[in-house]
Amino acid sequence: MSLVIDAITKKYGRFPALNGAGFTAPDGAFVALLGPSGSGKTTLLRILGGLEAPDSGTVRFADLNWLDMPARERRAGFVFQQYALFRHMTVAKNIAFGLEVRPRSERPARADIARRVEELLELVQLQDLGKRYPSQLSGGQRQRVALARALAIEPRMLLLDEPFGALDAKVRKELREWLRHIHDKAGVTSVFVTHDQEEAFAMADLVAVMNKGRIEQVGTPADVRREPKTAFVSDFLSN
Amino acid sequence: MARFFFNGRSGSRRRSFRSPTEDSAALKLTLSAIAIAFVGVFLLLPLLVVFTEAFAEGWDHVWTTITDPDSLAAIKLSLTAAAIAVPLNTVFGISAAWAIAKFDFPGKTFLVTLIDLPFSVSPVVAGLIYVLVFGMQGWLGPTLAGYDIRVLFALPGIVLATIFVTFPFVARELIPLMVDQGRDEEEAAVSLGANGFQTFLRVTLPNIKWGLLYGILLCNARALGEFGAVSVLSGHIRGETNTMPLHVQLLYDNYDYVGAFAIAAILAMLALLTLAVKSFLEWRYADELAASHRH
Repeated sequence: MSLVIDAITKKYGRFPALNGAGFTAPDGAFVALLGPSGSGKTTLLRILGGLEAPDSGTVRFADLNWLDMPARERRAGFVFQQYALFRHMTVAKNIAFGLEVRPRSERPARADIARRVEELLELVQLQDLGKRYPSQLSGGQRQRVALARALAIEPRMLLLDEPFGALDAKVRKELREWLRHIHDKAGVTSVFVTHDQEEAFAMADLVAVMNKGRIEQVGTPADVRREPKTAFVSDFLSN
Repeated sequence: MARFFFNGRSGSRRRSFRSPTEDSAALKLTLSAIAIAFVGVFLLLPLLVVFTEAFAEGWDHVWTTITDPDSLAAIKLSLTAAAIAVPLNTVFGISAAWAIAKFDFPGKTFLVTLIDLPFSVSPVVAGLIYVLVFGMQGWLGPTLAGYDIRVLFALPGIVLATIFVTFPFVARELIPLMVDQGRDEEEAAVSLGANGFQTFLRVTLPNIKWGLLYGILLCNARALGEFGAVSVLSGHIRGETNTMPLHVQLLYDNYDYVGAFAIAAILAMLALLTLAVKSFLEWRYADELAASHRH
């Protein structure tokens, strides 16, 4: 059931965004893709989510040929950097969306959906805000709605693009522990993108350091910190 | 802003302070006066004239003009042309805006320019283009005539002219809106398992519905009011191919001023009705509108 990413390449015009990126992570791991901007982290995440197709390379996950599945069948819960909440829907409707668009045969009954939404609102500590619109929430609250919405589909994999990028430092720290807690509770393999090494080391089981479309090093936070394998990694970490 | 204004007037200690964006009372008054005078002379006065002239000889005359078979035919024809052109241009406008906002493809800038073409080409020229294509000496005219299909001086020609002239309204309204909204919400919908149709219906459409509504209203107003292009293609056959604006001209040319103004009043009423519907919807859904703009 592990996640095996192998030799992914992707070009935008003549610019190579990914240049043979690959790593392996055990099932249920919390993986940080760490690197400077332009290193290909977000592109790799979007490929995992099915929002982008690579030029070559393979991804195997949960015994599935992951890249052959269309995005909508992957059940990869994606949390966007700017959250991408549906602005015309209430918080509760946002969270219920993934369940309501299922084909009739797989769709839970309305009462079950409502119950699931309540559970998720509780999980992300927004019990009383189900009737609000995204525009009426703070950044941190929107972030949590986005996560609840992604969790609602019982994702096989959770993908987070700079999950705390748009939040101020204090809220960031609070949400870090909380997100780690949610991940442990849900038990899904998660990949998150960050350019902040402190964040990566504090939260992840595995850190994959990226540079120029390649993975420079993969390892536990302790290993990567103790033994940087390349000049780039030691340089990046010392900043 | 309002607070500064209040302080400025109340003679409090901060009287001397003026917000940097606040102008002097004299300037405000002058600008407002100019704006009101302009609106009055160029918009309200003509509207008033249309209605007073129409009713100059009383209700009866207006009623006989409107219920005249030729007038009724003109009203019916205008509404029919709009009823065909507006939905078609709505579908086209959404498709074009969708393609331009959500995808990158070669020739995109060209397509945007092309959509604007009806705005820059004189409607009369547009009408002549269709005469060249569908006329008996034109490219397709003889072939279509062989199948007994008449385009010129018939409903199809009028509809074609109306479609051409009202082509850009919906697309123009939607393109900036959809470009601004980006693809994030659609991507989120797909990653949550929605198919293309569900994504469009549940995410894209609700996000553009206000822009779409304005586009449709504008498109409809223009479709009912179009004169130039339709004038070239219609042949002005009384009771058959005369639309409302053409009928106004016809009555006017025949010195039936009251009649001309009566039909003009109906056109003006339709325009006012459109505005009323728009204002009502804005008032009714004010909360939702505000919620979808702040984000």
